Amino acid sequence: MNYQTQEFGYRRSGDQDAQTPVHHAAVIVGAGPVGLALAIDLAQRGQRVLVLDDDFRLSTGSRAICFAKRTLEIFDTLGIGDRAVEKGVSWNLGKVFHRNELLYQFNLLPEPAHKRPAFINLQQYYVEGFLNERARELPNIELRWKNRVANIENGASGVTLTIETPDGEYHIIADYCVACDGSRSPIRKLIGEESKGQTFKDRFLIADVKMSAPFPTERWFWFDPPFHPNQSVLLHKQPDDVWRIDFQLGWDVDPEEEKKPERVIPRVKALLGQDTEFSLEWVSVYTFACSRMRTFRFGRLLFAGDSAHGVSPFGARGANSGIQDANNLGWKLDAVLRGAAGDTLIDSYCEEREFAADENIMNSTRSTDFITPKSEVSRLFRDAALSLAKDHPFARRIVNSGRLSLPSAYLDSSLNTMDEDAFEGGVKPGAPALDAPIGRGDVNTWFVSELPSDFATTTLTATQMIECRHANGDIYASYRASPEWIARYNAKPGTTYLFRPDHHVAARWRAYDVKKINKAILRAQGH
Amino acid sequence: MLLNIEPNMKDFDAFYEALIESHRELTTEQSHEMNAKLVLLLANHIGSIDILRDAMRRARVDTVGAGLTALESEN
Ligand SMILES: Cc1cc2nc3c(=O)[nH]c(=O)nc-3n(C[C@H](O)[C@H](O)[C@H](O)COP(=O)(O)OP(=O)(O)OC[C@H]3O[C@@H](n4cnc5c(N)ncnc54)[C@H](O)[C@@H]3O)c2cc1C
Repeated sequence: MNYQTQEFGYRRSGDQDAQTPVHHAAVIVGAGPVGLALAIDLAQRGQRVLVLDDDFRLSTGSRAICFAKRTLEIFDTLGIGDRAVEKGVSWNLGKVFHRNELLYQFNLLPEPAHKRPAFINLQQYYVEGFLNERARELPNIELRWKNRVANIENGASGVTLTIETPDGEYHIIADYCVACDGSRSPIRKLIGEESKGQTFKDRFLIADVKMSAPFPTERWFWFDPPFHPNQSVLLHKQPDDVWRIDFQLGWDVDPEEEKKPERVIPRVKALLGQDTEFSLEWVSVYTFACSRMRTFRFGRLLFAGDSAHGVSPFGARGANSGIQDANNLGWKLDAVLRGAAGDTLIDSYCEEREFAADENIMNSTRSTDFITPKSEVSRLFRDAALSLAKDHPFARRIVNSGRLSLPSAYLDSSLNTMDEDAFEGGVKPGAPALDAPIGRGDVNTWFVSELPSDFATTTLTATQMIECRHANGDIYASYRASPEWIARYNAKPGTTYLFRPDHHVAARWRAYDVKKINKAILRAQGH
Repeated sequence: MLLNIEPNMKDFDAFYEALIESHRELTTEQSHEMNAKLVLLLANHIGSIDILRDAMRRARVDTVGAGLTALESEN
């Protein structure tokens, strides 16, 4: 399937002939990775979801390529984890070079015994293609292409959307509307809000190059390499023999000129060697910014993904954090729509994901400030660190070529129940579940993949079994614990973890206690 | 713990002489580069972000006066 050329036809919907605007519980604007992920999550929970997109194609060009372990675990819950990992290029190792020399390497998953690798590289159009195919398997998702949201009225009892289509305008009303309409978010503009932050005065040429090359599947980052002096370069492998190369260009270049093949090809040849054969798949020039909206919630209108926050790509935190937004919002919106939780549960989406956005912005701002020093003195210290790094191990830790996406732990979330028992490590309330091997009968499986999509508790027994219960206390499964699982959860017989529907820990105790569990579940539902 | 601003060395004259000597025959540009490296090396040795922040704040106040210290309000 060529996801780059796939087109989706416009189909007239019955809503367009209705006398009064048709009512929908959940409307998602934007069928990018975030909108699609949220739609699938909600639909799998039984909600009817309407997705509107102004386009009729998937992502043009590759854009995001690095998808992190936590995202892959979320993809598992959405039913596309295996496809993504099979197609993607798995990697754990990064290497950083200064001029011609290897400064250091880092392993993003230094411990074995996790189902998913630290990262896969996969073109964004594959991710969107897989999500879109999964969405189409779910009868309660309706996807309307060439439906552009042109106006919005954010009312107290519902959001009224004006939608433009090839055959005219129509209106619908949504109980909740989630704007996943990307970094330029027209909806954000329509309500007079902005995403505020910092733009970095630098330009990057992003080239996807097709070739068969002997480079290993590692992330290679050069500061000041001989083939592109005074600037940085990033090289990364994607599936289908496609390689991503980022060339830092500096501020004073003409982006239109730099996109021309006659400018791009010599740069690529300087890196690969004059005789290497390759073809250009996709070329673009970017300026990056880090920004976010002051809040992700305006009554019944919510923002998720790039519309809500933006980061520079060093660290691969854009799509990865957007998928986590969807993972956080899905179960909450579902609980509110079902009446299982009050509307205030959605406030915790803001609380947790605004915190996560700040963390991601902090990390990618720091990386970008290192890669693109803002001042002479900043460059002086940057170069000093690079120079010292070869012989001084500490300085390698200062060198920052991107701190790669890790999931946020909502340690201060109001949904958490604080530890009252003593733990030495383990997984803290607010942190996402840690994976580890477990066994069921003769079958070896993985802890995170086996977690259900609702609240659940796990209790270690005296015989090293993990007893899993639904919120109502019914046991639904019993697994053999592995030494890795026991160590990662700092588990002793009796140790009980309460997981939220998004697999973050809500609470933990040293003994199973129904009353405490029920109280913690209520708290995690925002009651 | 805060930055120690009381005398903490036996022989300050020897230290000062060594510091100046270490920059001998360097261009100003090289000296700046070397100083940057010195800061990084010593910072790692000190190892405490609180002490380092205190040192940065003091050096900044001494340079631009207390009124202009954006750093202070942040920390
Ligand atoms: C060069 C580059 C490299 C990157 N690398 C990575 C990486 O390695 N890892 C990573 O995690 N992230 C990366 N990113 C970031 C990633 O691409 C984005 O974070 C991601 O696409 C955001 O997804 P989204 O669904 O929020 O928005 P988008 O993908 O922008 O989707 C928004 C959708 O909304 C639709 N839309 C817009 N307006 C309307 C409207 N009025 N009505 C209806 N529909 C509308 C659009 O057509 C589009 O389909 C990279 C980005 C770039 C540019």
